[in-house]
Amino acid sequence: MIKKILIIGVLAVVGLIFFDLFNAYQGNESLSKTANYYAENGASQVGAANLVTAIVVTYRGLDTLGEVTILFLTAAIISFILKFREEDFMPNRSVRVTSELLDSAAQVIVPVIFMVGVYIFMNGHLTPGGGFQGGAVIASGVLLMIMANPNFGVSHKVIAVVESISGIAFVLIGVLGIVLAGGFLDNTLLPLGKLGDLFSAGVIPVIYTFVGLKVGAELSNIIGTISHVQNEKN
Amino acid sequence: MEYIIISTGFALMLLGLWGILSQKNLIKIILGFTIFNTGINIVMVSIGYVRGKAAPILDVIKPSEAASKIVDPIPQALVLTAIVIGLGVTALMLVYVLKLHREKNSLDINSFKDLKW
Repeated sequence: MIKKILIIGVLAVVGLIFFDLFNAYQGNESLSKTANYYAENGASQVGAANLVTAIVVTYRGLDTLGEVTILFLTAAIISFILKFREEDFMPNRSVRVTSELLDSAAQVIVPVIFMVGVYIFMNGHLTPGGGFQGGAVIASGVLLMIMANPNFGVSHKVIAVVESISGIAFVLIGVLGIVLAGGFLDNTLLPLGKLGDLFSAGVIPVIYTFVGLKVGAELSNIIGTISHVQNEKN
Repeated sequence: MEYIIISTGFALMLLGLWGILSQKNLIKIILGFTIFNTGINIVMVSIGYVRGKAAPILDVIKPSEAASKIVDPIPQALVLTAIVIGLGVTALMLVYVLKLHREKNSLDINSFKDLKW
């Protein structure tokens, strides 16, 4: 009973704070100063049609590098916590037979999902989307494969190779920016091209391709590890 | 319009907080965290909204008139980061629950009293 009253009290206080914040919110009529700078100079400095991508990859590219690192750390910690012993592993555990519908659908849809994922991260500088979204779509394809065939193992070797190469390439592009262009992760390493073309916006498509591959590999790794320990005996 | 969205965000945050505080099942607590997270993201995106403006993508909008025709792109970039971090945190919490369940064979939070005082 006391607990319930406490919960209601906490909710009331937090709700009051939120109500205050909501009351003070008035909506915007114009952009803030920083946003105005990005809107005016984004197209000429970065050359990406999607200004969100311009901010994420170029203006605040270092943040994105940190973000990718956090995802990598998450995947590493999960693999570390869920480490399994070989003798616990039951390759032929009894699993419910996959329904015909899921099995056939997975075979047809998985390649399409991968293609959509690649499309999303290749066009990150033109359309809503980018490396993280595309990587998540690719990982959802891997999840569908695991659901259709529960004994499907995600190859850790392939994932480690993809992840390392794309991570190193991301940092390498950043360092090349110091040497050949204006600074770390500078976008003008490659010509900016025409606004709205697939091959435009300097190194953004290249970076986003690597980010997409890395995120896809990391999320697949998490899914694969969790599905792997399901095989363990309790 | 932006008032509806921002109040939805705050309502989701409260709902998530209620879930975190009142639920007994660990999975449901994690769901509470996820709902809270979604609420914060909605609030952040709606703060960057500018009345009557379009998404910050310059396909139809010309770069020269961008500043007067788009919404604030910065909160959207921040939310993109926040979603990814939220995903990492959720995955970690779920894995901890997996480990806890293996330890005590229970998902009830009341069966874990080791750190309780």
